[in-house]
Amino acid sequence: MTTKVLGAATVAMALTTPTALAVEYKVEYKKDNSSNPSLWDVPEKRNVLTQITVTSERPASFTLANGLQVVVIPDHRTPIVTQMIWYKVGSADDAPGKSGLAHFFEHLMFKGTAKHPPGEFSRTVLRVGGKQNAITSMDYTSYFQRVPREQLARMMELEADRMTGLILKDENVLSERDVVLEEFNKSVANNPDRRFTEQIRAALYLNHPYGRPNLGWRQELEKLDREDALAFYKRFYAPNNAILIIAGDVDPKEIRPMVEKNFGDIPAQPAIPAKRVRPQEPTPAAPRTVTLSDPRVEQPTWRRSYLVPSSSTAAAGESPALDVLAQVMGGGTNSYLYRVLVIDKQLAISTGASYHGTSLDPSQFMISATPKPGVHFVEIEDAIDKVIADLAQNPARAEDLERVKTQLIAQAIYAQDDQVMLAVLYGRGLTTGLSVDDIRSWPDSIRAVTAEQVRKAAQGWLDKKRSVTGYLIKESAPKCEEKRS
Amino acid sequence: MTYSFTRRAVLGGASLAIATLGSAPLFAATRIQRLVSPGGIEAWFVQDATVPLIAMEYAFAGGATQDPTDKPGVGHMVASLLDEGAGDLDFETFHERLDRRAIKLSFTSRHDQFRGSLRMLKDNKDEAFDLLRMALTSPHFDAPDVERIRAAVLANLRRDSTNPSTLANRKFLEVAFDDHPYARQAGGTVESVPKIDVADLKDYVRRVIAKDTLKIAVVGDVDPETLARLLDKTFGSLPAKAELTQVADVIAVKAPQCVFIPLDVPQTVVTFGGAGVRRSEPDFMAAYVVNQILGGGGLSSRLFREVREKRGLAYSVHETLLWMDHSAVFVGNTGTRADRASETVEEVEKQVRRMAEEGPTEQELDNAKSYLKGSQMLALDTSSNLARALLQYQLDKLPIDYIEKHSALVDAVTLEDARKAAQRLWGQGLLTVMVGRSPLAATRSTTTPSPTTPPPAAAQPGDAPSAATPATPN
Repeated sequence: MTTKVLGAATVAMALTTPTALAVEYKVEYKKDNSSNPSLWDVPEKRNVLTQITVTSERPASFTLANGLQVVVIPDHRTPIVTQMIWYKVGSADDAPGKSGLAHFFEHLMFKGTAKHPPGEFSRTVLRVGGKQNAITSMDYTSYFQRVPREQLARMMELEADRMTGLILKDENVLSERDVVLEEFNKSVANNPDRRFTEQIRAALYLNHPYGRPNLGWRQELEKLDREDALAFYKRFYAPNNAILIIAGDVDPKEIRPMVEKNFGDIPAQPAIPAKRVRPQEPTPAAPRTVTLSDPRVEQPTWRRSYLVPSSSTAAAGESPALDVLAQVMGGGTNSYLYRVLVIDKQLAISTGASYHGTSLDPSQFMISATPKPGVHFVEIEDAIDKVIADLAQNPARAEDLERVKTQLIAQAIYAQDDQVMLAVLYGRGLTTGLSVDDIRSWPDSIRAVTAEQVRKAAQGWLDKKRSVTGYLIKESAPKCEEKRS
Repeated sequence: MTYSFTRRAVLGGASLAIATLGSAPLFAATRIQRLVSPGGIEAWFVQDATVPLIAMEYAFAGGATQDPTDKPGVGHMVASLLDEGAGDLDFETFHERLDRRAIKLSFTSRHDQFRGSLRMLKDNKDEAFDLLRMALTSPHFDAPDVERIRAAVLANLRRDSTNPSTLANRKFLEVAFDDHPYARQAGGTVESVPKIDVADLKDYVRRVIAKDTLKIAVVGDVDPETLARLLDKTFGSLPAKAELTQVADVIAVKAPQCVFIPLDVPQTVVTFGGAGVRRSEPDFMAAYVVNQILGGGGLSSRLFREVREKRGLAYSVHETLLWMDHSAVFVGNTGTRADRASETVEEVEKQVRRMAEEGPTEQELDNAKSYLKGSQMLALDTSSNLARALLQYQLDKLPIDYIEKHSALVDAVTLEDARKAAQRLWGQGLLTVMVGRSPLAATRSTTTPSPTTPPPAAAQPGDAPSAATPATPN
């Protein structure tokens, strides 16, 4: 995903507070650091993002006559409210030849309306001490503000106004395109690891638009213009394509009239289909490999992605089994991969596995490893294949299963501490085909996963034909013999 | 971006600002207690049972400044190894115990502090604090574990070695702080990390992990008596006194200077900055406010408007005040395509110079104060964020009721104060580090005044900064 503002300066990037000295140093070495999680071009790197509260109340939810769905998550600890509007359109909905448009358009949503000139929205948020930003992923685009609770009505007015009232001028659009091209330079062009991720994704998806990068292919991105943006806006920005989430110190009863007042008169866009249908993947037939070499790679990385079902496309129980499998295989020092590759065989420096369940269409299961100096990829790959074969043949040990499930479920409780996280969890889930109940029952579905289901998930989905194996290497080492046939 | 960024965007940049919570005494942030255990361990504490969690943040003084001069990264290695086997548990068992109860335990070596963070579900508090006690009082540093973590540290350093942002930030610190410990890499270097041995790690723990410099903040669902008992059990047996190497106060940076590091990347990365204002100085609050105006978060700082909105030069441009125990800097970052790098640096310099000469407008000052007063509440919303803020107030030597005083301190900043602070901060020009392939920048010699960075004389008020019409804020 990408965001409107990467305000966090890189010196200050490492800071959890602005008071610490620049470049503090904290790295989690027990999991694979081959890719900065924030740069992964997919919605959920961390399982915590698929979690949801266990014990808290069911959020209030209602739908306006024009189709706008509203979810209210009360949290009364601090007099703050978070407003997030989620549009059911993302990079995977960009038309062929227009890759990057959903994200580019997200930037343009800050360019002002007839009622509220450019900059007014941002200044209003800042005046009250608030924060705002936006996120574009493959499946959704989301805008949020976080403000003192008495500012909610004003935020809602501004957000409703720009759902249809945006005014775009060539000069704004073109200078913002330069900004987005710099975002591309920063996040992709300057970063071999991110390019590696893009290439793997492009090789994994033969037909589905998930194969295109979230920020777009550069040659298409640099041609996007005002007309493209306006056509996109008219087509996708409407109440019947949006979900409004209000989390914080609010009374759900007060929200409905406020939403009616601000959004109620915006007409639905009848051309928007109830369900998004995108080109789907054929049955995978051949394992693929990708080798990206770049002179800046000082530490090689091995990675593999499998095409697997998402929460929305999986059969019952399959998606939570994949969550558990990822954690058993790659979560921490007690995971199978770490034990075998780092401790026992001493081939790798770090290992990881992750599954991204929250996705409208089939998703990815990723495995990664950082080889020790002098170790060839082929050794890494053989060892990982043996771990996978083991997990596909033998049920996971009961103690491993229990530990992993406890951790996953505990994340749902930790999430209750953070209203923004809750709002994000609901927004992600609801824009990728899940219901409020699906999201709420996630911990129960984890609890119900059996060792046999985990074994079956490994056996059924971690099939090499479904996969792309990637090698990130330094360019000056031609023929990194590690490449495996 | 993933949620980790969202979180930063939403909650970041607010450790100092404090909410005006005086009128809302029900909120957790206003119920801060100073708790002193029977064993004399002190903590700032907020009891809050809304969520069944406990979050603790704590710090020992010293941090990376206590690394041996020729071995930067010792504190960082210690931070990475304390949970790799301790007490009677080997590393696998230790992690198994943490994971089995979803206890989140971590350590960080910052320049001035060795910090730790502990989060747990409330029912697991005895186990969590016991594991922390073992980590702090009897870490193993067994050779295979040290080598395993050393390899991971080195892999990360190798990755960073071609990351333009990392290179720019490192060079900035090196030039700004010269031979002071702040110039050293807290995470170590590819040269230093292989030299660190077990004796270094043990010595660091012996010297730094002690009671007299310990500061603690706790937020969560635990009663004070139970917490006091846990604190005594966890920290009570630590040595009474740390043996810290003295660190000198230092004034950062001899600006203006421009340093160029060649690297074949499409986007040139720029880090810029200069001497800041320390937390204890009378000018601090004014400096904090003007930094918000020049380069603060949100979407309307001067740099954001001029560099990004008007000119489309960069995606990210940001500048902030950073204060340490023995110094302070302001520092900013941006990135731009190679052929516009000089233009971007010039624009940043122009804005900085203009702010130094003219100061902010009344309206800008008013907006920034309004932001800083309002934003604090947003930083205190989760248990961990509140605990981090309470720890920071202690490290900054602020009173326990600082939350209630903050708004008045912000309000007291006058336009004249702001102008003086801007002149002090930005009147000397910038130390600028550029990493990229810009051919123009490449012609500049390292660490000498550059064509686009005027020598000090040229940066004095009176030299018209530019012909551009000053932007009317708001």
